[in-house]
This record gives sequence, structure tokens and C-alpha cells, in this order.
Amino acid sequence: MTPPRSPTKVAGVDPEASPELTRRASEPAMRTPILGEREASEPPAAGQAAGLQVRLEGLRAFYGSSEELKGIDLEFHANEVTAIIGPSGCGKSTMIRCINRMHEEIPGARAEGRVLLDELDVYDPSVDVVAVRRAIGMVFQKPNPFPTMTIFDNVAAGLRLTSRRRGDLHAKVEAALRSAGLWDEVADRLEEPGAGLSGGQQQRLCIARSLAVDPEVILMDEPCSALDPIATLKIEELIAELKRRVTIVIVTHNMQQAARVADRTAFMLDGALVEVGPTREIFTKPGDPRTEEYVTGKFG
Amino acid sequence: MSAQAPTGELVARFGVSPARRRKDRIARGTILVATIVALIPLVLIVYYLLKKGLGAWSSDFFTTDPTGNTFFKSSSIGGVKSAILGTIEMVALASAIAVPIGVAVAVWLVEYGKSSWFAHTVRFFVDVLTGVPSIVFGLFIYIVLIVGTGSSFAGYKGSLALSLLMLPVVIRSAEVILLLVPAGLRESALALGAPRWKVIFTIVLPTALPGMVTGVLLAVARAAGETAPLLFTAASTKNSSYDLGGFMNSLPVQIYSDVNSPTTSVVNRAWGAALTLVVLILLLNLIARLISRRSRLA
Repeated sequence: MTPPRSPTKVAGVDPEASPELTRRASEPAMRTPILGEREASEPPAAGQAAGLQVRLEGLRAFYGSSEELKGIDLEFHANEVTAIIGPSGCGKSTMIRCINRMHEEIPGARAEGRVLLDELDVYDPSVDVVAVRRAIGMVFQKPNPFPTMTIFDNVAAGLRLTSRRRGDLHAKVEAALRSAGLWDEVADRLEEPGAGLSGGQQQRLCIARSLAVDPEVILMDEPCSALDPIATLKIEELIAELKRRVTIVIVTHNMQQAARVADRTAFMLDGALVEVGPTREIFTKPGDPRTEEYVTGKFG
Repeated sequence: MSAQAPTGELVARFGVSPARRRKDRIARGTILVATIVALIPLVLIVYYLLKKGLGAWSSDFFTTDPTGNTFFKSSSIGGVKSAILGTIEMVALASAIAVPIGVAVAVWLVEYGKSSWFAHTVRFFVDVLTGVPSIVFGLFIYIVLIVGTGSSFAGYKGSLALSLLMLPVVIRSAEVILLLVPAGLRESALALGAPRWKVIFTIVLPTALPGMVTGVLLAVARAAGETAPLLFTAASTKNSSYDLGGFMNSLPVQIYSDVNSPTTSVVNRAWGAALTLVVLILLLNLIARLISRRSRLA
């Protein structure tokens, strides 16, 4: 058994976390994966508190000169599922892409403000963007397993790409596939191409791939919008499982889904946060009339 | 429209009118004629190549150098061994130069340069290079490496001229294929926390590989058929050579010099060499097709 990494993490204030990330940024040669490693050989223990909280402070995002996010302050509690709802084009995806700094991969896109992972500003110039993305995983709308790789290699890809090959690769892959609820379905065909799985299985494969590098936060950008209801249900069950070890932010167009999986729900409109609160509250007695109109289906 | 509507009305609405049928037939006919017209020269070329070339192929055609005696009918005029060897050696070296550089340029354009002004400038000059006549590349190498250094022809200088010729083709074809790699793949790899260079080497390039092989082989095929860049860079000798630092024969140059000969048997050897070249390039294209069939992108 490995010792729990950081007993203070539940409180959301981890004095260790910030130096960890910055240290890795300044010392690229250091290959001790502080943020990962532990998981691997053992399945995640129940109730394990490994998620980190994320706080947005005055987050603004731009594509060229158009402002997509107009100053968002929002907190995602550790080991909770927060759903982001809102009509198309309101900036939901842009917002979560700002959290792991994927937003800046789009030519002409930039972000302002602060995104605090625990106490660390991921936009601080001293922070290594690669380390940020290792700590904050992402699952995309369309399942996108690497087409040239087998099921096994897809999951191992994260470990290989981030130079964490040490230890028992097979055990790590199995643990990740088990966590994603996919192991029983693929155990006897790990060497088949990942692209040969069904859409729902592919998406769980992508979740396993993200889990393998042991992130603290997982961002999901409409992970079920390309899936049928049964596959969707499996992903939702998985989300409920996973929040014990990671903080989850999920963008969804499906309000029933938000109601089913999320502890808290945030409603966005035109690049601004309208309100955030416990999911039940948002859906039953929202504080803002626009939220009520949206959740009752009057627009959007 | 209700189910009781008269049939005549339905026919008028949904039937194909005679005028449209006629237009359709004319359009189809025109396209067919154009296709046949385009095929005629192709078929004729293949026909003459086979007819004349196969006649020139003999048991020692591929095993002897074109150094034989042309005055006596009884003796052999020699084959094209040195030309085949020279073409393969020079094109191989040219590929070894042009392919890594070309792929690197394409990776830079797609992954880093994107739509910066420098990337646009590079693309512009690559396009210009694509249109430059091959003899200009030969002249360039001739001026720089032969006149400039006061040295003589050499196989590697021919290779350099060919690699200049291949470079724009490799860059453009590789760029197109790299752009086909879904952005989602790069994003998901980057989101895993992979450094960009690793994403390129382990995700982007393997995904694009089959398509890039096709483009590279097309560039190789083009280089293998060029005479002009080799005429005053590598030519000419009749002997087989494994020394890229010395004179080197090649199939296109062999054809070029043979067709100017007054001796019928030598002209026939040119046909044989031409057929050899076409078969070589055909084999390359077959390989390219087999590989691209496995491509998941193209």
C-alpha cells in the first residue's frame, strides 16, 4: 500500500500541490510523477479523496477579438460532479477548455483571468502547461481513440506519452479499464484496434485513457451526445463512481443528465454565468428567471 | 397531395420529361467521348512501349552495360544494367535527402507554422518550386557544384538535383495528409498531458504514415523519370557504378542518348529502357496503392 498522498486535500487547500506543479515546470528533467503513480497496481479505494478543487476567477476568453467568456467566477468543489448547462454557443465548452488550457491550442484564442487548481494558478507563467494537462484530464464529445493503436495501447498511450512507463504497465492499463467499467468487455481482446469498439465502448476507452495518467480533475465535454441511451447510462454510472477519486466537470445539453449525475449545476448564457447551486435547487427553485425559463424548456 | 389524385397529375409532377432525358443522354455522351479521347494517347503509349520495348528485352538486357559494339550485327550492343543501377542509387539518395526534410517542413507547416506569415511565405515558395522546370534544378546544381567548385559530374550531384525536384512534391503531399489527421486526435493526446513533440511522433505521424508513403512514392516516381536534371550533373558514363562520387548512368539519360543514335538496335535499346523505366515506376505505384489501401484516412 502506498500512503495517501495528501491528507489535507479534502479541505481543498493543499500546500503541497502548488509547488509540485511549478517544480515540474521548472525541472523538466525530474521524472518523478508526483501527481500520478500511486494508483496503478491497485484499484482505487472507495472513498479515496483525490480530487482537487478548481476555481475560476474573472475568467475571460477570446477568439481573435470576439469575447466568448465575459468574466466568470465559479468554483468546482473537489470530488463533486458539477454540470454546466446552457444553450448552444453560450461558452460552456470554451470555459472547460480554459481549465486545462486547451483553449489556447486554437489559433487566435486566448484567455485572461485566473484558473486556480487548488491554490495554483494554471495560467501562471512559471507553470508547465503539460503538467497542468496531466493533472486535468479531458473527455471529448466524440469518442476519439487513437486509430493506429490497439485497445491496450490506447490506454497505455497516456502513460507512454507522459513518460510514466515505469512499473507494471499491464496492471496500470487493467486498473484504468476496470475503473472505466470496460475491463470485462475487452479483457480478451486487448490487442484489437480501439476503433473497432462500439461508440459507447470507445468513449469509455477514452475515459480509461484519461484515468490511466491519474488526473485530479476530469473535464467532460458533452461525453454522451454521440451515444445511445444505454451507453449514456453506463457513462453516467461511471461518473458517479469516478467522483470518489476525481473532481468532475461535465458540459451537457441534456438537462435530465445534469439532474441525474451532478451534485451542483451551473447555468450559462451568452458567455456569462447566470447562476450556480446544488442541482436540485437549480432545477426546482432557481434564483434567476432566465434559469427557470431554460430548465423548463422555454428556450434553448 | 391526397391518395385519390389523378395519376396523370403525378406523372406530370414526378415523371422525367423527354427534354431532360435528351439532355442527360447528351451530357453523358460528351463525358464518355472526352474520356475516350483522353485514353487514346495513353493506350497508344503503352502499346508502342510494349511492342518495341519487349522486342529489345533479351536475356542479357538487364545484366550487361551499354558498352557493346554497334558496328557488327553479330555482337551484342549491351543492356541497361548501369542505367538501372544508376537510377536506383541516385533516386535512393535523393529520397534520403528530400523525404526527411520534406516531412519536417510539412510537420512544421501543419503543427507549428499554421497560418503565420512565415508559414504562408514557405507555402508560396514551395508552390513556386513545384512549378519550376526540372532543367532549372539541374542548371542550379551545375552552376553551384560543378562550375562553382570546378569539379566534375558526380552521382551525388545528380541526386541533389533530383532531391530539389522532389522536395516540393513531398512537402505538399505530406502537408495535405497531415491536415487530414483529425484535430481531435491531437487534442486528446495533448489533453492527456503529452508534450507536443511526442504527440507528433506517436500520434500524428503514425496516423498519417500510409498517406505520406503514397505521396513520397509519387515524388520518387517523378524523380526516377527525369532526364534534364541529370544531363549535366551526373552523366554520363556507360559503366555500372556503385560510387555516387563518380559519373553515373541512369535510365532517362540512357534513353536520351540512345534515341539519338543512327543505329536501329541502339534506338531499340532506348525502347527497352523506356519500358524498364515505366515498369519500375509502375511497381512503385503499385506498392504505393497497396500501402494507401491500408490507410485509415485517405
